Amino acid sequence: MSRLPLMLIGLAGLIAVPFIGVPPYWLHIMIIILIWSFAYTGWSVMGRFGLVSLGHGAFMGIGAYGTALLWNHAGLTPWVGIPVSMLLAGAFALLIGYPCFKYKIVGHYFALVTLALSVIVGQVIIATRKHTGGSLGYTPEPHGGDGFSIYALQFPEKAHFYLIALAAWVVGLVIWRMVDKSMSRYALEAISEDEDASAAVGVQVTREKLKITMLSAVMTAFAGAMYCQYQLFVSPDTVAGVGISLQIVFAVVAGGIYTQFGPTVGAIITIILAEVLRINIGELEGLLGFRPFGLDNTIYGIMLVLFIIFLPRGVLGSIQARMKGGAKA
Amino acid sequence: MMEIINEYVFSVFFVETLLNGLLYGGVLALLSLGLNLIFGVIDVVWICYAELVMLGMYTIYFMHVRYGIPLIPSSVICVLMVALLGYVLHRIIIAHVLGKAPINQLLATGGVLFFLQSIATLMFGVEFLSLGVSLGSFQLTEDIYLSKSQFVAFIVAAAAVAGMYFFLSRSYMGAAIRAISQDREIMILMGVDANRLYGITSAIGGGLAGLAACLLALQFDVHPFVGISFGPIVFMVCVMGGLGNLVGGFIAAFVFAELIAIGGYFADLEWGTVLAFCVFVITMFIRPEGLFARKS
Repeated sequence: MSRLPLMLIGLAGLIAVPFIGVPPYWLHIMIIILIWSFAYTGWSVMGRFGLVSLGHGAFMGIGAYGTALLWNHAGLTPWVGIPVSMLLAGAFALLIGYPCFKYKIVGHYFALVTLALSVIVGQVIIATRKHTGGSLGYTPEPHGGDGFSIYALQFPEKAHFYLIALAAWVVGLVIWRMVDKSMSRYALEAISEDEDASAAVGVQVTREKLKITMLSAVMTAFAGAMYCQYQLFVSPDTVAGVGISLQIVFAVVAGGIYTQFGPTVGAIITIILAEVLRINIGELEGLLGFRPFGLDNTIYGIMLVLFIIFLPRGVLGSIQARMKGGAKA
Repeated sequence: MMEIINEYVFSVFFVETLLNGLLYGGVLALLSLGLNLIFGVIDVVWICYAELVMLGMYTIYFMHVRYGIPLIPSSVICVLMVALLGYVLHRIIIAHVLGKAPINQLLATGGVLFFLQSIATLMFGVEFLSLGVSLGSFQLTEDIYLSKSQFVAFIVAAAAVAGMYFFLSRSYMGAAIRAISQDREIMILMGVDANRLYGITSAIGGGLAGLAACLLALQFDVHPFVGISFGPIVFMVCVMGGLGNLVGGFIAAFVFAELIAIGGYFADLEWGTVLAFCVFVITMFIRPEGLFARKS
């Protein structure tokens, strides 16, 4: 473990960030990157085993809306609301995962069933607009005088939230590592190679898949709750529904599905790209003669296609493979 | 209880709802036809299928509204244009991921989805553009009016499904397409140029998307994100009918459309969609090969 000291130094550097006078804008970008990195890591713990879920927008939505609704309508502090929402997402994953795995719904079919899940949750949020604000979005009510409240987990100061998001991100990476080192990893890799053969040698296929799916769902729900507490605004377009589900999958693919830091790299690439283009939109307008709305996603789309065809391991995965001489798959 | 049933079920509005569901089913059937063909023959999911339809809708809008070309020639251009797009999509992207894992195929076409959506935003902006053509409606009974554009869509969809059926079952090319969908490896050993067949299938699938675009443009405004509003529904219809099963897809389209319509009648339209998707998920558990799969 010669990498450990290096990682600790890196972590210390990251902890120091808010105390060395980083401008709030950059702190904001870093918080957003950390939150999404956590969500993407949550997706990749199951995605790396060929369980391609297009339903994680649903789990994220449950985490975000569950926390906000429990706070506003039931007066339940997020300290309780977040775990409850996470449990809810886990239960939801169980409800959908169990029959999926029992009836051997794999590949395209699994992707499409989970896509249906995204649609269902997105539409329910819109349909219950009396309580959730529908497409217009929803705001958890502020608490405390100056907006700072430990009870409501609301922190106007970016530094506080930065440290929370950083801690969550580190925990996410640790969970990834624990899955990587566990026996389940071998079981799940065997399952993704050949389900029947691994069942024949005694792997409990349904159980292993369910465990990882629920873990992944719970992590994603937590990311949703964090996003809600940080932005203090959620809408189906930003935390739930089909668009978010696709965003999650594609960002992970861009970074690298099979490596620990792949999802983080994916979040950095996609968020920085979007921000750079957003900020420079005025200059680009002068250059091109029109306002290039959607330019970030255009580049993003081309990148994705090229990645899938030429770099299926993603940016980080490919760099790491090259450094190791391409010996390990 | 009886009163409620009397009030809700035997009302004119309910009949109208059912009829509207039937007509919407026609559009869905047409939309799912091209995707189903590609699913069945090439075994690839075009996640970006609805975005091809969206580009088709823009094509017909620009041809008709901006350049003043009459509706019928505009429609023909639209169909040809999207057919070409389908062919190009296959040649430059799908052909490279054919042998890869299903997830990679899914994601590559997903990248195309992002690309097409945002290139449309770049080129056409985010406004809702309307074709401005209204075919009006006709009176069925004293109280029931039906929209003509929906009716036309229904008729064209039924004709297209029938046409596809005869093309696949009677023509030489149709037989070749069916053969390659049954056994990809043997057909190549028999000297069949699989890539050419796939290219042709993609063009046909694209053409059907173009046809659907023409009919949708009569009913809905076009904007860059219009694809997301019906794309997922179209996938579900194809899977529910059994991938590659054209007749199954046709029936599933109507089941889906009626569920949405009936759910929308008793509650909101969103609840109708929720109901339809829940039925889809449950169907998948009971009959993973689709509602109308033949046991092999």
